[in-house]
Amino acid sequence: MGMPKKVFVNKEWCKGCGICVAFCPKNVLELKNGLIDIARPEDCIKCGQCELRCPDYAIFLKEAPENE
Amino acid sequence: MQSELVQKYLREDRLPHIWCPGCGHGVIMHAVIRAIDNLKLDPEKVCIVSGIGCSSRASGYMNFNTLHTTHGRALAFATGVKMSQPDLHVIVLTGDGDTSAIGGNHLIHAARRNIDITTITFNNNIYGMTGGQYSPTTPYMDFGTTAPYGNIDNSFDLCDLAKGAGASYVGRATAYHAVQLAKIIESAISNKGFSFVEAVSSCPTYYGRKNKKGDAVNMMKTLKDMYVDIKIAEKKPELADGKIIFGELYNNPQDEYTDKYQKIIDMLKKEN
Repeated sequence: MGMPKKVFVNKEWCKGCGICVAFCPKNVLELKNGLIDIARPEDCIKCGQCELRCPDYAIFLKEAPENE
Repeated sequence: MQSELVQKYLREDRLPHIWCPGCGHGVIMHAVIRAIDNLKLDPEKVCIVSGIGCSSRASGYMNFNTLHTTHGRALAFATGVKMSQPDLHVIVLTGDGDTSAIGGNHLIHAARRNIDITTITFNNNIYGMTGGQYSPTTPYMDFGTTAPYGNIDNSFDLCDLAKGAGASYVGRATAYHAVQLAKIIESAISNKGFSFVEAVSSCPTYYGRKNKKGDAVNMMKTLKDMYVDIKIAEKKPELADGKIIFGELYNNPQDEYTDKYQKIIDMLKKEN
């Protein structure tokens, strides 16, 4: 068993297209100053839709300790 | 920090890529590396070959043996690579203009030979890199910078073209149907013979703007609405009315070209 997964963003690669925001089923994400922002991380169900659809590899799930 | 897949298969120092915000190409390239990862291919045994165009920039971002060639000639170079080193998995990443206009002849002859090359055409229905000229896949009466009053050419169905020319595997999926796209790419790579995958992309910058298709999000939603899975279409044909079918369209393994060539070599060796 690995660690639980958490959603991460790389703002340097984000181009603000808004695809992840539109396809997130739990409305976790927002654009802030034209770039991705995890506005409501507590609502994330780790479905991976954002990672699947991001054309710029700027948002993804990765195993991480809970408190990181 | 990047995802494990990106770290494993992409050249991080070359990223972020040059593709426009919301371009479907990034999603398709992601599907290609997921397919390669699922198949557990040895990266040393993979050769990515590309031509010229937005799509063909992909080879520069991918951490395999890569070859970025001249316009339309990716399949000609790929044929050379495969003939000299038949044990390589040769994957051609190309665009709609690159494959079907300037490279049209290379496509049909590579398909006719059934050489073991997987061709993935990023079809965004337009020449993006050079400024939005119409391509052989621009739909009838759609607009491009060179078709300001509408494109009067009929468009190619690339999958039908590849099948008609002799490809032994043909599949189609879109940047929206990214999970299915990766599966189709996996099957295409696994087929020993010429495999053709039409990966339908979206170009919000030129095709979208010229044809009033909305922003990147809208164009993704359009792909979702316009395309229907072949499995659904077979069960409920009424759901496929007026839509384009995607999925595995043709799978008919045939004798492969480098195998046949090796047999000739072996035969001549025996005779001498």
